[in-house]
Order: sequence, then structure tokens, then C-alpha cells
Amino acid sequence: MNTTPLLPLRCEGLCFRAGDLTLLNDVNFTLEAGGITAVLGPNGAGKTLLLKLCHGLLLPTTGRLQWQHTPTDLRARQAMVFQKPVLLRRSVAANIEFALKVRGLASDERSRRTRDMLARTGLAALAERPARVLSGGEQQRLALARAWAGNPEILFLDEPAANLDPAAARTVEELITTIAASGSKVVIATHDLAQVRRIAQDVLFLHRGRVLGQGSVRGFFECPPNETAAAFLRGELYW
Amino acid sequence: MSEFSTALSLAFDLLRHADPVLVDIVLRSLRVSLLALAMAGVLGFALAALITVTRFPGRTALIIGINAAMALPPVVVGLAVYLLLSRAGPLGGWGLLFSPTAMVIAQVVLVTPLICGLARQTLEDAWREYAELFASLDLGTLRALSTLLVETRHSLLTTLLAGFGRAISEVGAVLIVGGNIAHVTRVMTTTIAMETSRGNLALALALGLILIFIALLVNAGVFFTRELAARQGA
Repeated sequence: MNTTPLLPLRCEGLCFRAGDLTLLNDVNFTLEAGGITAVLGPNGAGKTLLLKLCHGLLLPTTGRLQWQHTPTDLRARQAMVFQKPVLLRRSVAANIEFALKVRGLASDERSRRTRDMLARTGLAALAERPARVLSGGEQQRLALARAWAGNPEILFLDEPAANLDPAAARTVEELITTIAASGSKVVIATHDLAQVRRIAQDVLFLHRGRVLGQGSVRGFFECPPNETAAAFLRGELYW
Repeated sequence: MSEFSTALSLAFDLLRHADPVLVDIVLRSLRVSLLALAMAGVLGFALAALITVTRFPGRTALIIGINAAMALPPVVVGLAVYLLLSRAGPLGGWGLLFSPTAMVIAQVVLVTPLICGLARQTLEDAWREYAELFASLDLGTLRALSTLLVETRHSLLTTLLAGFGRAISEVGAVLIVGGNIAHVTRVMTTTIAMETSRGNLALALALGLILIFIALLVNAGVFFTRELAARQGA
């Protein structure tokens, strides 16, 4: 791929209002290429909303998103995995193939890539199973495989391990690390501090629709930028 | 009681020997209702899909209207189509009254709202689930719609079967616009009504048995479609 990269992404003064509620307020940050950035915060902080704005599923009320490069197929060069995996009523393999077909890949290339993805996500043995009868962890892995198959430059993950048991969550985390190592920028919304420490390099701390801290994970955990962040790290921030 | 059992054994005779009059009527019934179903299916699914993915003024009113029309009484539909197609009516020039075409039209009017209303519910539920994924994958509206129809194929097939059940079993509409003319517009239900009033129970019973058999087939179809869908996690 010899195209201008999308990243970095600069977000300037993002606000999102729904009726009288201001759900995101003057959010500013820059996403650099490479690595895993965690959007951290308690429930209702606006993490999912921020991801959807970045991915272009929603438009900000005010403010703007400035990609380094804005091609016509901007969204096709990104991918998003939702908190509850949304799978088509088809086989595991057909779910991946569908995403590749949408990207316009030829049939033989599609099946080659699909096989490759199934192998790399440990789903090869389940290829012909109906996707929607898989276990929660397998479904999430398939959603990741489908998103990864398109070789996105940036991948948005909305609490991908939130509903999984520890073992399945760990498998998903390993997969996310592999995806990031393959060159895709990963932005993951999460409220799981241990998970952030395990896989992320940078953190963007969100509280009640505002960014209350950003920087390296190590810096954020060792020296929280403010009392709210510190309280969240101590597990004392309830809303 | 003996009169009934005589009629029943005569009915079985008609079925066993594939009586030409009986076969003629059954085939006409199937032709009319399947043609009506095909047209109502295309119209109903298209309208349901349109309502699902677009927002326009009057959409809510249209949904309420369609839902209300799902239970339209067949005789009223028959009357309305009769008035449209009768010599003095706005479409009287077409000369379609008392023809199989008129019966198809009446059944399309009868079945389209049923199919559209059921399909809309199915499609909207699926749309709620898939809309963000489709936006994320950057599917165009047409691609999203066709994918949605494929994803909900089992439920939509059930919807078609329900529509067929309504079409094949109704008597009011086809009687009024078809006129129950022998060898032209006489179908199973109109024949049953007529032969029963004439006291000719054998033919009525034979046709009744076939109708019940078709109802069984349709319901078995619905059942196994659901089973298949459940096994695929739909």
C-alpha cells in the first residue's frame, strides 16, 4: 500500500449534544500512528460516543476531526468492533468473507485472506459453524478477525472484553496486541485498569464527557494528572 | 350421520381418481393465489425495506395504516376492488371484472399489507442490530438493504407462507370480484361455499380436505423454517 497514511488524527474542540445533555464537551487530543491507545473512564463517560465520532458513525455537534489525509474511502480504511459483537447469520468464514467482499476483493483473494484470518485468530476449526451460536469469546474473536481482515489503519474497539470471562478476555487481549503489532493503530475503550496496563501504551482519560488526562500509561498510573484520575485509579470514582 | 359418511367416502373417491373438475379448481386456486403472493411479496418487501431504512413525512401514518390493513376483511376488499373494476368504476375500461386477473388483484390488495407489516417488524429489528455495522463497513443503502433481506430470509419466508395461507383460504374477495364462474373464476373456497349451499357435500368436502392439507403444509413449512433459523442462531 503506497498511500498517504490517515494518522495522526487531531480532534479539536469536539462537542456532542443530545437535546439538553452535553455528552462530550470540548474534547481535544491527537492520535498518533502505531500502538494501542486506551480511552479510559467510568461508565457513561462518553467513551463509546468518542469512538463513534472518530469512526464517523456520528457527527460532532461542534468541533472537528482532522485526519492527516482524508481519502474518499476514509471509513473503509478503518474498522470498529462493537461491545456486543454484531455477527451476520452465516458461517464464521462467511462473516469474514463478507467484509472482504465489501472491500471489493476478488474471490480467490477473499478465500485466501479468510483462511489466513481464521488461522491467526484460532477460529480455523470453527470455520463452517454458524457464527451466532459461538461462545461469547469466540464471537468477539470473530468480530476482531473480520475487522482485522480489511487491514485497517486504525481499529476502534469498544470494550471488546467487557462481557468475557478472564480466560476469554486474555485471549482477546493477546489478539489485540497481535493486531497492533501487525501495524494497525488500535484505540480501545475500556474501564478495566488492569487491561490498560497489560496492553496499552497511551491513555486518554475521560470523565463526564471531558478529557481529564492523556499521556503514557506508565506516567498516568504513576502520577495521575489530577484528583479525579487518582480517585478513578483507586477505584473510588463511582460516577 | 350416514349422509355425512357417504359424502366423505365420495370425497375420497374424487381425490383418489383425481377428478378433472376437482383438479381444475385446485390448480386455478393455486395459480391465482401464488401469482398474487409473488406480486404481494415484491410489493410488501420493497415497501417494508423502504420504510425501514428511510425517514420521510407521513412514515408513522403509513405504518399505522399498513398495520390496520393487515386485518382487512376480505369481503370489504372484494367490494372495493369490485367498485374499481366494475363498468362504471374508474378502471372499468380494463374489462377485468369476473376474471382471474381481478381475483389476483383483490388478493394482492389483501395480502400485501400483511406481508409488509410482518416484514417491516422483522427488518426493523434486524436493522436496529446491523445499522452501525453496515455504516462501519461503509455499505451503501442498496447493499445494506440486500444484506438485510438475506440476513432475515427465514423470517421473511415465514411471512410469505402466512401471506399464502391468507390468500388461498379467503372466500369473500374472490367471490365478489371473480363471480365463481365455472372453469373461469371458480376456486376452492368459492366452490365449497356454493356446493355446500346446494347440498352437494362430496365435492365441498374433498376441496375442504385439500385446503386443510395445504394449511398443514404451510404450517409445517413455517415450523421447519423456524427450526432451521434457530439452528443457525438467527
